[in-house]
Amino acid sequence: MAVLLLAEVTDGALALDATAKAVTAAAALGDVTVLAAGASAAAAGAEAAKIAGVSRVLVAEDPSLGHRLAEPTAALIVSLAGDYEHIVAPATTDAKNVLPRVAALLDVMVISDVTAVVDGSTFERPIYAGNAIQTVKSSDTKKVISFRTATFDAAGDGGSATVETIGAAENPGLSEWVEDKVAASDRPELTSAGVVVSGGRGVGSEEDFKLIEGLADKLGAAVGASRAAVDSGYAPNDWQVGQTGKVVAPDLYIAIGISGAIQHLAGMKDSKVIVAINKDEEAPIFQVADFGLVADLFTAVPELSEKLG
Amino acid sequence: MKVLVPVKRVIDYNVKVRVKADGSGVDLANVKMSMNPFDEIAVEEAIRLKEAGKADEVIAVSIGVKQAQETLRTALAMGADRAILVVAAEDVHTDIEPLAVAKILAKVVEEEQPGIVLAGKQAIDNDMNATGQMLSALLGWSQGTFASELDIDGDTAKVTREVDGGLQTISVKMPAIVTVDLRLNEPRYASLPNIMKAKKKPMAEKTAADYGVDTTPRLEVVSTSEPAARAAGIMVGSVDELVEKLKEAGAV
Ligand SMILES: Cc1cc2nc3c(=O)[nH]c(=O)nc-3n(C[C@H](O)[C@H](O)[C@H](O)COP(=O)(O)OP(=O)(O)OC[C@H]3O[C@@H](n4cnc5c(N)ncnc54)[C@H](O)[C@@H]3O)c2cc1C
Ligand SMILES: Cc1cc2nc3c(=O)[nH]c(=O)nc-3n(C[C@H](O)[C@H](O)[C@H](O)COP(=O)(O)OP(=O)(O)OC[C@H]3O[C@@H](n4cnc5c(N)ncnc54)[C@H](O)[C@@H]3O)c2cc1C
Repeated sequence: MAVLLLAEVTDGALALDATAKAVTAAAALGDVTVLAAGASAAAAGAEAAKIAGVSRVLVAEDPSLGHRLAEPTAALIVSLAGDYEHIVAPATTDAKNVLPRVAALLDVMVISDVTAVVDGSTFERPIYAGNAIQTVKSSDTKKVISFRTATFDAAGDGGSATVETIGAAENPGLSEWVEDKVAASDRPELTSAGVVVSGGRGVGSEEDFKLIEGLADKLGAAVGASRAAVDSGYAPNDWQVGQTGKVVAPDLYIAIGISGAIQHLAGMKDSKVIVAINKDEEAPIFQVADFGLVADLFTAVPELSEKLG
Repeated sequence: MKVLVPVKRVIDYNVKVRVKADGSGVDLANVKMSMNPFDEIAVEEAIRLKEAGKADEVIAVSIGVKQAQETLRTALAMGADRAILVVAAEDVHTDIEPLAVAKILAKVVEEEQPGIVLAGKQAIDNDMNATGQMLSALLGWSQGTFASELDIDGDTAKVTREVDGGLQTISVKMPAIVTVDLRLNEPRYASLPNIMKAKKKPMAEKTAADYGVDTTPRLEVVSTSEPAARAAGIMVGSVDELVEKLKEAGAV
């Protein structure tokens, strides 16, 4: 059976980690064709061709595909859909924007955030902020699926897929890109980092969030935040970890001044080692922590930064 | 312009959900149900559009069991003008899939001709994050998902979206479907007088069959299970001990 996998391409560059993790999940379903779409996507396509397990790469370059607007991207995928039983992507915000549109156009259900493939039509996915795992079996002829990247290992390199260039579909012309606000950062990307240091409302201000960032930089870590920290303006929205933010599963997750609401746990409880620093010994975060430290973060974090340095 | 706001009745976000012992699903009998938090934000935004003179009527619609009328009353108490209840299930444990919900909503849109549909970005029970996008596909409308800012100006709307890389602003042609994220606004509480007034606001009752939509699920729920529990951890007494434990565990 053939699988079409929408690669994560941002401004012409392939998000290798997310794409390679989706390839691992997709390989269980059949022969994988990767679609690299963008205003420029040839380089991304060439890189995707090297992922082990990819047999073919389709490169679609067109200005309309430049900012991954849902309507032209969905139209392109639907135009290719005839050849594939599974249409999949890593569960990024881009894919979540596009795939349900594709599914509805094909009159099939979308299956979001799949964490395990049981067979070609049966999948596991978390519901209720990860408090339950549901196994669903699709009766649709085509399955449109996003894979939660945190639960799959990235496929290695060494592949040598054939690369073909294809045209875009007609742009429905319903929306236009205006601007992106993306903070440049030298830190690792949150969803693929080996270590994540997150701060919550307890950190108290944007100023003091530097403490969290300082510890992260010591550890070569990505920085995360609770919703309360983002809502309060201490941290940008793309740092939010949780049910409605990013889902991470690093080797080490350090939660500082975070109480541990289920919506936050939904985004980090599959981390290998969890450390919690909180001044309230009753904080629910301690229930998922491997190592808990009851302490004032304003003394503990500088000390930890120093001693880990 | 009319604004249509689909609101879903879900388990309250503060309730700890329990998986039924027989693995058939999550126990929803006698638990507190509320409006999906994202939908409260959508209702709030719709009311603000009306207050700003950009909309003249706010219609809330819910699809599900009869009890969803409580959710609609909440929307009316917040300030929606009228409500449509589409009964599509009898048992509270039956959930209607986004594709079927979107098909029913598409019919409601045909009937009501709203200038914009404001939906939640995801429902906190199934976390599917799909209904708005599906509706927009079925209608051939533009979509602005995960909105943290919305600015309607005549034939177009500027939507700022929360995306993995940060924020993206797009301009969408009206009519549009916009799905709202948490930071779009802070929803108001309904005041007591408004709760009383809401009881008199009109609520139409329909069924999925009235719209000719087949709600047979495409996904069969094979089983529902508890996630694997984490092994219990330990409390450490000092930063030194923490560092030592982390080194032992090979985590740093
Ligand atoms: C629909 C919905 C979706 C949501 N999605 C998310 C999501 O994706 N991600 C998310 O994180 N949240 C989400 N939330 C919010 C969630 O319910 C919590 O409100 C939020 O996670 C709380 O953030 P917090 O732990 O930083 O703040 P609080 O709960 O206020 O906790 C702050 C903690 O800091 C500690 N503290 C204070 N001062 C110090 C100090 N000096 N030293 C040490 N510790 C200190 C306190 O003891 C406390 O435990 C969502 C909520 C809803 C309704
Ligand atoms: C207890 C339980 C039983 C289930 N049983 C079955 C089953 O028997 N068969 C089956 O196939 N699947 C079943 N499911 C799965 C379910 O059908 C879908 O996975 C689910 O509908 C996913 O979508 P969502 O509600 O997360 O919608 P999302 O797409 O995340 O919702 C986004 C937005 O769409 C709008 N919206 C969504 N639904 C409605 C609504 N009903 N009314 C008004 N507005 C709405 C709201 O604005 C909402 O914020 C069950 C799930 C549960 C929890």
